[in-house]
Amino acid sequence: MEELLEILEEMHPDVDFRTCDTLIDSNILDSFDIIALISEIKMEFGVTIPPDEIIPENFNSAKAMYELIERLSD
Amino acid sequence: MQTNILEYLDYTVKRVPDKIAYSNGETGISFREVYDQARAIGTFLNRQGVYKEPVVVFMNRHPKAIVAFYGVVYGGNFYVPIDEEMPRFRIELILKNLNPRAIICDETTRNIVETFQYDGGIYLYDDIVKTPIDEEVIGRIRQASIDTDPIYVVFTSGSTGIPKGVVACHRSVIDYIENLSEVLGFNEDTVFGNQTPLYFDACLKELYPTLKFGSTAYIIPKNLFMFPIRLVEYLNEHKINTICWVVSALTMISAFGVLDKTVPKYLHTVAFGSEVFPMKQFNLWRKALPNAKFINLYGPTEATGMSCYFIVDREFNDDEVLPIGRPFKNTDIILLDDNNRIPPKGEAGEICIRGTSLTLGYYNDPERTKEVFVQNPLNDAYPELIYRTGDLGRYNERGELMFISRKDHQIKHMGHRIELGEIEYNVNLIEGIKSACCIYREETEKIELYYVGDIDSKDLATALKQRLPRYMVPNIIRALDEMPLTANKKIDRVFLKEHYAKNKRGTK
Repeated sequence: MEELLEILEEMHPDVDFRTCDTLIDSNILDSFDIIALISEIKMEFGVTIPPDEIIPENFNSAKAMYELIERLSD
Repeated sequence: MQTNILEYLDYTVKRVPDKIAYSNGETGISFREVYDQARAIGTFLNRQGVYKEPVVVFMNRHPKAIVAFYGVVYGGNFYVPIDEEMPRFRIELILKNLNPRAIICDETTRNIVETFQYDGGIYLYDDIVKTPIDEEVIGRIRQASIDTDPIYVVFTSGSTGIPKGVVACHRSVIDYIENLSEVLGFNEDTVFGNQTPLYFDACLKELYPTLKFGSTAYIIPKNLFMFPIRLVEYLNEHKINTICWVVSALTMISAFGVLDKTVPKYLHTVAFGSEVFPMKQFNLWRKALPNAKFINLYGPTEATGMSCYFIVDREFNDDEVLPIGRPFKNTDIILLDDNNRIPPKGEAGEICIRGTSLTLGYYNDPERTKEVFVQNPLNDAYPELIYRTGDLGRYNERGELMFISRKDHQIKHMGHRIELGEIEYNVNLIEGIKSACCIYREETEKIELYYVGDIDSKDLATALKQRLPRYMVPNIIRALDEMPLTANKKIDRVFLKEHYAKNKRGTK
């Protein structure tokens, strides 16, 4: 989780990713962020996110993203 | 001869009044509604005494914003689109440049406008479209209009930190729409899926051909561009067959393997531009849509939308680059070397544009206009302007124009044209900053900012978000103890690019 938070904080140092759960709904992340995130997750965690998992629900909070990574690493 | 862009609408509304012109998938507006509401806005502006003036349209991404544009033109004025996502600082710079007397807004943007330092009229779209149309006034305005009158001003990044407002007239837009439509083969059955923001000239490709042919344009909600499967579902749901997108929107779909799962099956015309298309991604698209027509477009805002096109007519290997091809009919490209002469065949020169497609220049900015809209150096017999793009190009052995690079620090990032100097200018205005330098790393497509100063990167990011549009905020911000300098005491960009963070966090 810390690694993921580090990636996110690098993108938006001004956002509190520990608490925010409306990253998509509040337009905090944009399409460039999503693209960058997916490639960072691949590099850091070795997890490829398939297209049908690229949906708002999986990216609204750091927690949801982390759960997705865990689920896909199994 | 057509002299006014609205003649497209005047004609089409008689033919297909009830057809949907613009929709976002939820709300659709018919040609009849576009026509009536736009003329109501034109009448209203005339009543306010606003004529031959800039009118700011500050609305959300919605079909109504497009109707507001036409309403401004029916009133004999020119529209200036501003977006909710633009930071306040930038909007205020734009207002200062324009000094407008009217702003058209919607319910959500009105609250923002009211906090501006601005004492002109603030008009709510939903109110002013109720104005009874005065046919006589609208007719009189049309009678007096000529095709060199402006229709819009769009703002583009300026290296000194102040955005530049490009002014386009009826004649250049008509020229563009006619020639673009011919090459791309638009017609009444075209269903557009618009991706580009309404506050740039890129959306001309969908807005005006829709009026010309009586087609339908879907204004795709911005959020869908984060979620590729949903985006493709949207394209299929609305049977969208023609798109003119920035490359990054297309690669977002192909790079995540979406095309293996689902294909935008109605697409038959795919145009793109503003950036180099990575060939590997491009070939995925071609494989998924073997019968579609693919067109690479190239052109600066200063020459109204796009100036050159290349219809993909052969296979390209993953290590090749798509040409930008040839100019549209009635546009001429001249390559000029450093001595203002035509370089030998196959050698590089600055791409310069000649023709009706040239815009009128930068609004309220004769100095910067004179720098790039210049007398054709090959002609000293009579006045003739060309636009110097600052792009380097050359012809390949097939005689096709190839884009090489920029001559300066302008970049293309996510389809947006950005001057790194404008970012640096804004960074330097922030308290505590001693020096700053921006570089663009093509491999990772990231804007990197290096700075020396008494401010941490978190606070700097927050401050920058208030000054710069989202796409201009650096993706990586790194504090340095001192700035590397060249022998001439200039910031050493090459050193920065080679020695600092490639993307990894915390690496210095």
